[in-house]
Amino acid sequence: MITSMLQGLLAQAEPAARAAGTAAQNAPTGAVAWVWLTLALPLLGFLINGALALTRPQAKTAVSVVGVGVLAGAFAVAVAVFAQLRGEPPEAPLILELWRWMPVGSMDIKMALQVDQLSVVMLLVVTGVGSLIHLFSVGYMRADAGYARYFAYLNLFVAFMLLLVLGSSLPVLFVGWEGVGLCSYLLIGFWYAEKANADAGKKAFIVNRIGDFGVIIAMCIIWWNLRTLDFAVIADRAPLRLEAGSVAVTVITLFLFLGCVGKSAQIPLYTWLPDAMAGPTPVSALIHAATMVTAGVYLVARTGILFSLAPFSSAVVAGVGALTALFAATIGLRQYDIKRVLAYSTISQLGYMFLAVGTGAYVAGVFHLVTHAFFKALLFLGSGSVIHAMHHAYHATHSHADPQDMRNMGGLRRAMPWTFTLMLIATLAIAGIFPFSGFFSKDEILAAAFGRAMGGHPIWYAYYAAAAVAALLTAFYMMRLVAMTFLGENRTGAAEQGHLHEAPWIMTGPLVALGVLSVAGGILNLPSFVGGHHAMATWLEPVVAAANRFMPLEMPHGATEWGLIGGATALAVLGLLLGLRVTQASPIPTASAAEPERGFARVLYRKYYVDEIYDALLVRPLVAISRVVLWKGVDQGLVDGAAVNGSAAVTRGIGWIGSRLQTGQVGLYVVLFILGAVWVLRAVTG
Amino acid sequence: MLLGPSLLLSAVLFSIGVAGVLIRRNAIVLFMCIEIMLNAVNLTFVALSQTLGLGGQVMVFFVMTVAAAEAAVGLAIILAIFRHTKSVDLKHINLLQG
Amino acid sequence: MTTELVFYILAAVAVLSALGCIVQRNPVASALLLVNAMFALAAIYVLLNAQFIAAIQVLVYAGAVMVLFLFVIMLLNLGRTASDLRGMPSWILAGLVAAALIGELYLLHQVTPGGLGALAGAPAGVATPGETFPGMTASTGPSRGSGVVGVIAEPLFRTYLVPFEITSVLLLAAAVGAVVLAKRKL
Repeated sequence: MITSMLQGLLAQAEPAARAAGTAAQNAPTGAVAWVWLTLALPLLGFLINGALALTRPQAKTAVSVVGVGVLAGAFAVAVAVFAQLRGEPPEAPLILELWRWMPVGSMDIKMALQVDQLSVVMLLVVTGVGSLIHLFSVGYMRADAGYARYFAYLNLFVAFMLLLVLGSSLPVLFVGWEGVGLCSYLLIGFWYAEKANADAGKKAFIVNRIGDFGVIIAMCIIWWNLRTLDFAVIADRAPLRLEAGSVAVTVITLFLFLGCVGKSAQIPLYTWLPDAMAGPTPVSALIHAATMVTAGVYLVARTGILFSLAPFSSAVVAGVGALTALFAATIGLRQYDIKRVLAYSTISQLGYMFLAVGTGAYVAGVFHLVTHAFFKALLFLGSGSVIHAMHHAYHATHSHADPQDMRNMGGLRRAMPWTFTLMLIATLAIAGIFPFSGFFSKDEILAAAFGRAMGGHPIWYAYYAAAAVAALLTAFYMMRLVAMTFLGENRTGAAEQGHLHEAPWIMTGPLVALGVLSVAGGILNLPSFVGGHHAMATWLEPVVAAANRFMPLEMPHGATEWGLIGGATALAVLGLLLGLRVTQASPIPTASAAEPERGFARVLYRKYYVDEIYDALLVRPLVAISRVVLWKGVDQGLVDGAAVNGSAAVTRGIGWIGSRLQTGQVGLYVVLFILGAVWVLRAVTG
Repeated sequence: MLLGPSLLLSAVLFSIGVAGVLIRRNAIVLFMCIEIMLNAVNLTFVALSQTLGLGGQVMVFFVMTVAAAEAAVGLAIILAIFRHTKSVDLKHINLLQG
Repeated sequence: MTTELVFYILAAVAVLSALGCIVQRNPVASALLLVNAMFALAAIYVLLNAQFIAAIQVLVYAGAVMVLFLFVIMLLNLGRTASDLRGMPSWILAGLVAAALIGELYLLHQVTPGGLGALAGAPAGVATPGETFPGMTASTGPSRGSGVVGVIAEPLFRTYLVPFEITSVLLLAAAVGAVVLAKRKL
């Protein structure tokens, strides 16, 4: 009897043990269980640097050590996590639950981190490139009084960005999303004493907000349909509950894309990015080139299952991406501020990434994201070195010329050879010259677009054409930038020339590291025709396989493939040569001596007047409505007047009526007394 | 015996007293109307004491005593007010006005 | 039969005197009419077997209190002053209130089984008047030995001794208060 009881107990315990076993499988172990450190370290850095900024802002060494140290630590943890995942790639994402955040009814949102192949890629990029940029900042911001504050904000940004890429559900991602928007605002307006900088920060935040509204609406509709906001569960349920091509999934993805348009500066919400160049250059490198603006691409890749279920939305995504790529490239042709050119270049390259994820080539999009992080960060940091040198020169001669205007530069390759070489490498990479990294990633995007066009979606031919022209223009304006800055004769001025020199090694070192990555980054996803094994595609396959089931990727092969590669390379080389030739054709005047632009060049220089159009169409009417209707009408009139003062007046009025009873005349009191007594008598007797 | 009519008479006298209070402005005459009311109540007590016992008459005894005391004090107050306002008209006594 | 007739005559006198009291312009006339009403009431008390109370009514109420009223009226020299009756709205209100009062009491009389008078017969929970007021007999008139006064005096000085003493203190307080209030200078 006892043995049968024991057998019964064991039989009951077995399923429980099995369930516990599977649960234990989902709970991460090893390095992955420590992935929250990548978040906690930069957050700690923010707290320490923030405290230092408030109490001892002159302790620059301590700030540097903390600021760079936490990033290095986070990168180390990221590498450990990557190594563990490389050892045993998970089939399903590993969820590390931190705490229960919002248990509300049937909605139980947890603060949890998700570690899978895609988030590890982003993790490495953010911490790796971030560490290099932090190191660069030590040199670049050395003389700034707000040194500690800068590193505090920068660390906070990294913490939020990691929360974004590691978040296991849309709300957690959204916290990171908003957080990076906040840090972007803080860092763009870092030198807030100048109104233009503060305005740029505000503009970035407000334009981002329009996109955030889209994300929130999308979250609501996703919850309405799928009853979940966790990415893993969405990936499971979406194909079952949402019909492919239905209105629901199209609306969801369009709203999500609205968020991406805001955060990743696509048409029509890109206007904040060029103005964001008002912030320090390393900020532009980190936030507005490598990481924050790529959050939109990450979001589309993460929710790829939804986008692949909605072919219309994917077409919209790809179309907006292609159009933005072309549009921004045209503006970049005629900008003279070195950072502005790079800003428009970033917008253009982001367009490429969206073209990729809209085509279903999620791997290509992420690949381009990674290579773009390398060479765009290199370009920005290089321009930072240049600006640093120009600033020093002008400071020494007390000149008020613009140190960022390329017309004031020229011939700097003699004074700054390392920077010149590295920026040339980055230019070749962004132009897409073999064998630099940009060649492989850009090529894959163009091939995917062409392949989809061939596979029965002819509008993709137009997208391909726009992207190809944009590639030509990219090569052109990048070469123009290099030519104006480094080649030819120096236009800075005789007095300043002696002060132009190479940046210190703490700044040039990260440039070298990024240069190596820009050259060699192609091996991350080498295609087969070069003998590679598509490493990243294989790596990301478990993540994107589900999406690609609904939107299969048709890549061209054989002759078409070679034709496309040849065409892209030809365009790139043509663009580079044209850029060089046209720029050096006529002598370039300095900024102060330059004539105003004329004709279509003027339209390009003034960015197609988009800012002015927005101002007239949107900003002014809104301000007018706010002032007249909402402020004077509703707030002053209705709320203050009717509600607040009105209720006070009504109360006073009632009190006045009451006071009329207090006449002081005893006769009246007697009358009222008797009336009351009669009333009581009536009430009592019934 | 005469209970019903007595009670009716008492009610009528009481109402007359109330009406008097409502229509007079002279403080002293007002007081007299209150005395009418007291008398009506006395009548009720006496009428009921026929069956309920002498308690009613004892009650009337006390009521009369207290009414006398009240009349004395009340008239003294009216005198004091008259010294101030030179009038016993109620419409002139409005110092409690709020 | 005659008792009732006398009662109705006396009742008519009382009501008419009271009505006259409240509408007279002259305060002295009001006071005298009130004295008249009190006389009529005293007579009714006798009919109701409350002889002592009737005497007290004449002596104290009509004889002392109303005289006091007349003193004060004379003292204030309130003669033929302007009419102190209120306007027509007050008359209407007074009429309404009076009617309401009488109407309510009449309604009560109708609603109560056996009329309000029956309430006096057997109050709920109390068996006999003897138990309600212990040591009390129904007022049947003068008893042998103590007469009319003695019948009242017995409960007054036995059961109601404490209220009696308190009333005397009250009278003392009233006297002192009246003296103080009427002084010219404190």
